[in-house]
Amino acid sequence: MEQSWKQAKTAFAAVAAPPVFWLLLFFVVPLAVIWAYTFGENTGPITIDFTGTFANYARALEPLYLGIFAKSLVIAGLTTALCLVVGFPVALAIAFSSPRAKAWLLLLIMLPFWTNLLIRTFALIAVLREQGYVNFTLEWLWNNASGFMTLIGLQPLGEYEPLTLLYNNTAVVIGLVYVHLPFMVLPLYSALDRMDRSLMEASLDLGAGHLRTIWSVVVPLAAPGIASGVLITFIPALGAYLTPDLLGGTDSQMIANVIERQFKRANDWPFGAALSFLLMYLTFIAIALQALVQRRADRRG
Amino acid sequence: MSKAKFLKGASRRSLLQQFGAAAIGVSFAGGLSACGRGGGGRTVNFYNWDTYIGPTTLDDFREATGVPVNMSLFATNDELFARLRAGNPGYDVIVPSNEFVTRMSEAGMLQELDHSKIPNMANLLPEFQDASFDPGRRYSMPYTWLVLGIGYNKEAVAAKGVPTPNSWRYLFDSPIFSQRLSLLSESADLIRLCAKYQGISLNGIPDSNLATIEQMLIRQKPHLKQFHQDNGQDLLAAGEVDIVLEYNGDMAQLMSAEGGDRFDFLVPQEGTLINSDCLCIPTGAPNPDDAHAFINYLLDPEAGKKITEEIQFPTPNRAVRDLMPESYRTNTVIFPPADVMAKSEYGEFEGDERARLYEEIFTRISAA
Repeated sequence: MEQSWKQAKTAFAAVAAPPVFWLLLFFVVPLAVIWAYTFGENTGPITIDFTGTFANYARALEPLYLGIFAKSLVIAGLTTALCLVVGFPVALAIAFSSPRAKAWLLLLIMLPFWTNLLIRTFALIAVLREQGYVNFTLEWLWNNASGFMTLIGLQPLGEYEPLTLLYNNTAVVIGLVYVHLPFMVLPLYSALDRMDRSLMEASLDLGAGHLRTIWSVVVPLAAPGIASGVLITFIPALGAYLTPDLLGGTDSQMIANVIERQFKRANDWPFGAALSFLLMYLTFIAIALQALVQRRADRRG
Repeated sequence: MSKAKFLKGASRRSLLQQFGAAAIGVSFAGGLSACGRGGGGRTVNFYNWDTYIGPTTLDDFREATGVPVNMSLFATNDELFARLRAGNPGYDVIVPSNEFVTRMSEAGMLQELDHSKIPNMANLLPEFQDASFDPGRRYSMPYTWLVLGIGYNKEAVAAKGVPTPNSWRYLFDSPIFSQRLSLLSESADLIRLCAKYQGISLNGIPDSNLATIEQMLIRQKPHLKQFHQDNGQDLLAAGEVDIVLEYNGDMAQLMSAEGGDRFDFLVPQEGTLINSDCLCIPTGAPNPDDAHAFINYLLDPEAGKKITEEIQFPTPNRAVRDLMPESYRTNTVIFPPADVMAKSEYGEFEGDERARLYEEIFTRISAA
């Protein structure tokens, strides 16, 4: 008979103690210090008094910062939606490929993780900028089309004007989708891979088309995977600061950029901490929503 | 466009190097504690900007004194400050800029220097023997100085009918280079230079001017391509923009590179913001005697010459300048003309409240 962990308390404690200790020391304690800062006041360049003030939260809730929060939510939401639209077919294709191909496809999804984010972002700049590979390709096509039109006796197209693909909000969303796509694909894949195939066969046998089967059978069954994929994409996208810094234009500021500047240039840790914790509270709300979806799905299952 | 140039970015404040600096910082922290445990030989722990030292300087110092130098790198003053905020992790010599010399000395983070151990101070130009941001040079010795100005693509600005963009107007208050223009994303520097453009001092800017500066930058924002992270020279080299706000040293490095003759740099007629990077000893330095010796060595004429030949920044050291070739001494990118320098000022440290106000103004401009 399989033994429940409840019967082996000592073994359980021995296994659980190191990670719990680790979490306490390196996660809970530092986070508690930052949380305490949110109620602190600067009294000098390097001194903070814990006065229990709510001034930092009050300032963080001013329209200026709420507006930046709202903008960050929109950008992160858009990123997540695009990741879902792009990632779902990819995950589906991986789940239904042969075991040999599966390993290779998963490797390809993971590969970017092994490259530093900064290097990936600079690579994207080299691709998207005006003197970059996208514009080089388009220019080559343009000039060929132009030459072809002269050849058949039409007016040539004129000089190629490079597209501005960088330094705007679109570039930020492209960059965020590029970086976060694996976070979406992996949980989707694991949900789709576990799915009972006979349910799909039944749906097809009973006369539903492929699209109908995906929509009415696959998507509801994969809902928990979709929810965790959405969550695991949305949260880091909301806190992104390198991508908007490097790819964004003059109005691509996200909340994490503001937080970074409070800890560095403004040297205002209490206010930066308050902004960070507002972001954290939003994250908790998102996790609670995800748990709700999960529970509802479990009940249905 | 050459890829090599884009990746070169030999800038002391370059972003690519932040990354390298962070990595080195990590390994260095381990090295420091190892030193502490061993308690062995004397070492100078030197915390410096990247590409900001001569190729043989550290080895030469070890040969001269027998004391090895362990150098690690930072990318911004904020990074330096944040690292020392909670106490000195073991550095002997650091290189903050002028404002941070004031800020750190006020916070008790710097040791007073013993001038009798730095006889090479006599080599400094008279105007650098004393400093408004550190009266009597109690805490700092000048290492270099630098100015912000306008870097531009000569052909492109001439095509717009402005062969010499010698006013801040072209950056802050004019649509002429719309979408071909990028500004540094440093709140205090931007606001202070706008004050210069308005014809007032960049220190103690009145609130009424702050309001008009904010309006002006919000008006100018649609014409900007980006607020860049001190990689303006890379944006120029890559053809993304034609005109940028940059440091003279960074532009001098770009212009001395292959293909660099397409670019030029000037300090606008209204004057600019001067910075000076200084050698200081942080409080709690494990080895202050050798730290003094090292600072003294960096101010030596021959040692300074090797550093200056490599980094191409203006030197505050008269003896070094006299040893440098004509091409360096008369370079107007490195040494802007005397008339605009006369109108330029050091930025004073005006307290943390001021820094926070500037930061909030910048946040409002970015959110507008």
